[in-house]
Amino acid sequence: MKRLMIPLMLMITTVGMAQVPSGEAILEKVDENQIARNRKIIYEMLIHGRRGSRTLKAQSWIEGADRSFTEYLEPPRESGTKMLKLQEQLWTYSPSTDRIIKISGHMLRQSVMGSDLSYEDMMEDRHLLRLYEAEVVGEETFMERPCWVLKLTAKETDVAYHSRDIWVDKERYLALKENRYAKSGKLLKTTEVKSVIKEGDRWVGERVVFKDELKSGDGTEFLIESVTYDIDIPEYIFSKAALRK
Amino acid sequence: MIRFLLKGLIRDRSRSLFPVLTVLAGVMLTVVLYCWIQGITEDMIKSSANFETGHVKIMSQAYAAESDQIPNDLAFVGASELLKELNARFPHMIWTPRIKFGGLLDIPDEQGETRAQGPVMGLGVDLFSSQSREHSLLNLNNSVVRGRLPERPGEIVISDDFAGRLKIELGETATLISSTMYGGMAAHNFIVVGTIRFGIVALDRGSMIADISDVQYALDMEDASGEILGFFNDSFYYPGRAVDLTAAFNNRFQKSDDAFSPIMQTLSDQGGLGELLDLMDTFSGIVITIFVVVMSIVLWNAGLIGSMRRYGEIGVRLAIGERKSHLYRSMIAESLMIGCFGSILGTIVGLAISYYLQVKGLDISSMLRNASMMISDVMRARVTPTSLIIGFVPGLIATFLGTAISGIGIYKRQTSHLMKELEV
Repeated sequence: MKRLMIPLMLMITTVGMAQVPSGEAILEKVDENQIARNRKIIYEMLIHGRRGSRTLKAQSWIEGADRSFTEYLEPPRESGTKMLKLQEQLWTYSPSTDRIIKISGHMLRQSVMGSDLSYEDMMEDRHLLRLYEAEVVGEETFMERPCWVLKLTAKETDVAYHSRDIWVDKERYLALKENRYAKSGKLLKTTEVKSVIKEGDRWVGERVVFKDELKSGDGTEFLIESVTYDIDIPEYIFSKAALRK
Repeated sequence: MIRFLLKGLIRDRSRSLFPVLTVLAGVMLTVVLYCWIQGITEDMIKSSANFETGHVKIMSQAYAAESDQIPNDLAFVGASELLKELNARFPHMIWTPRIKFGGLLDIPDEQGETRAQGPVMGLGVDLFSSQSREHSLLNLNNSVVRGRLPERPGEIVISDDFAGRLKIELGETATLISSTMYGGMAAHNFIVVGTIRFGIVALDRGSMIADISDVQYALDMEDASGEILGFFNDSFYYPGRAVDLTAAFNNRFQKSDDAFSPIMQTLSDQGGLGELLDLMDTFSGIVITIFVVVMSIVLWNAGLIGSMRRYGEIGVRLAIGERKSHLYRSMIAESLMIGCFGSILGTIVGLAISYYLQVKGLDISSMLRNASMMISDVMRARVTPTSLIIGFVPGLIATFLGTAISGIGIYKRQTSHLMKELEV
């Protein structure tokens, strides 16, 4: 009997371990689903401030963490405002002043147009696996979807969020909920996906609520109107000349 | 009697010179310190009131709760209507709307791209309307270093230090990058027409001043104002009247269920200024008390030395039948004369030094490089009517206490031993 028990226990343990993939493996699949060579996205931001709500519409071309271009389409006061991010540098163009202005790097962690998103949140596609160590800390159901709960801890100091708790859809490998923390452990930002769409073979959060926990207000709804991946983006888009066009 | 004592003091200098000099020194220091503290306190109140707090300030309740962050997204809307009502209800006050804001000031090169850029603290004030008192409140005309003040829309003045640091010339375009009242990005072109220096490090580091209508337009704050400042007509701050005014205003306008309804605060309510002013008063009291105590000890000691020197004289006076109480009283009367004389001299010298410090001041700008307080970089004393009499408090009390303590020895002298003591 004893001879049978030991292999049986080993088998149960091995099967159990096989059912829980490693944090790195999950994060790799999240990156696979999320990161492309580039993408173009048209979206609305519904910003719920203390004074009321307002809507912005914009289109962005994003290529990895280093290159991104955004043009605001609505409302009229913001329409024509453009932003170009090349590595750590940010330029902005406003039609009312007809000026291209370089904004210093620390602005990248500031709010975009009074929303709950920072420039980094909005203009960068970063591989999470390159930035964070991942550990599976549990399993939960969120939005009626079974999820892995991952604890991410930054590998380097130069990241906007030192740690994150993310709820990853077990089947679609899309992060449905996130809590983002500072090094001190203070909760800085939360995100929750309210609806998803499938674009090609990728799952994308169609309506995502961002909440900057350091700000008052009811958060910002990020609504994707369209998103296309791996397209041919003309090179001039990521140049300062495009800002005045 | 007084004449007799006075003659004695004048003729016997060893009885009066040292105590008079001691009182003179103590009173002089008291007067100078008092005037110095008054000068600093007044300067702080004036600078804070004119640039920051007013004698009273009206904000939206939400803005007031976070006022140190200058949250223009919580600014009060409907400022012109409220100003009309304030002028009608409280005509004895000067009311002026202001918008404070932070941002970046960007200077273009020939291609229109960034040549220089720096963070700036901005102030939108009423510069153009005929009834505006901002020029005198902010001492703008005397603060211009180069160029002139804005006279037309789209013009600004900036701190001279800031202009020097960024190499900005008059007539250049400067683009303000900031946030609109609704959180959007604000970008607006201005022309730099002058540079200013207020002599307040916190402001001279990097500030810009524009007409409030320009700022409202740039920051999308139509008919909105971050703050409405109120000043008493004679430009002096009256804490009691400010409290009454605040209570009357808040009773009429403040709504507990509306975070954007206006609330009024007094100068003392803002930024811990009330506590600071109380602290200065306490400090002033402590300084004077310390002088009274120290001078009393010195004069007590001087009295003891004097008593020893006048041991024989006191003995003779007792032996010829002068009562101890009379002797004690006459010595106290002598000391009061010395105190009075020393206080007059000390006050004259103290006032002269204080007046010099009031006119010339003491430049402390090197110690205030990173200061954020609204305090002038030249500290000055302030001679007030109270400084004429403040020195008499320690001057008279100390001489009285010193003699009263040392004179107790008179009562310990035994008449029966006097002859024997005098033989010695």
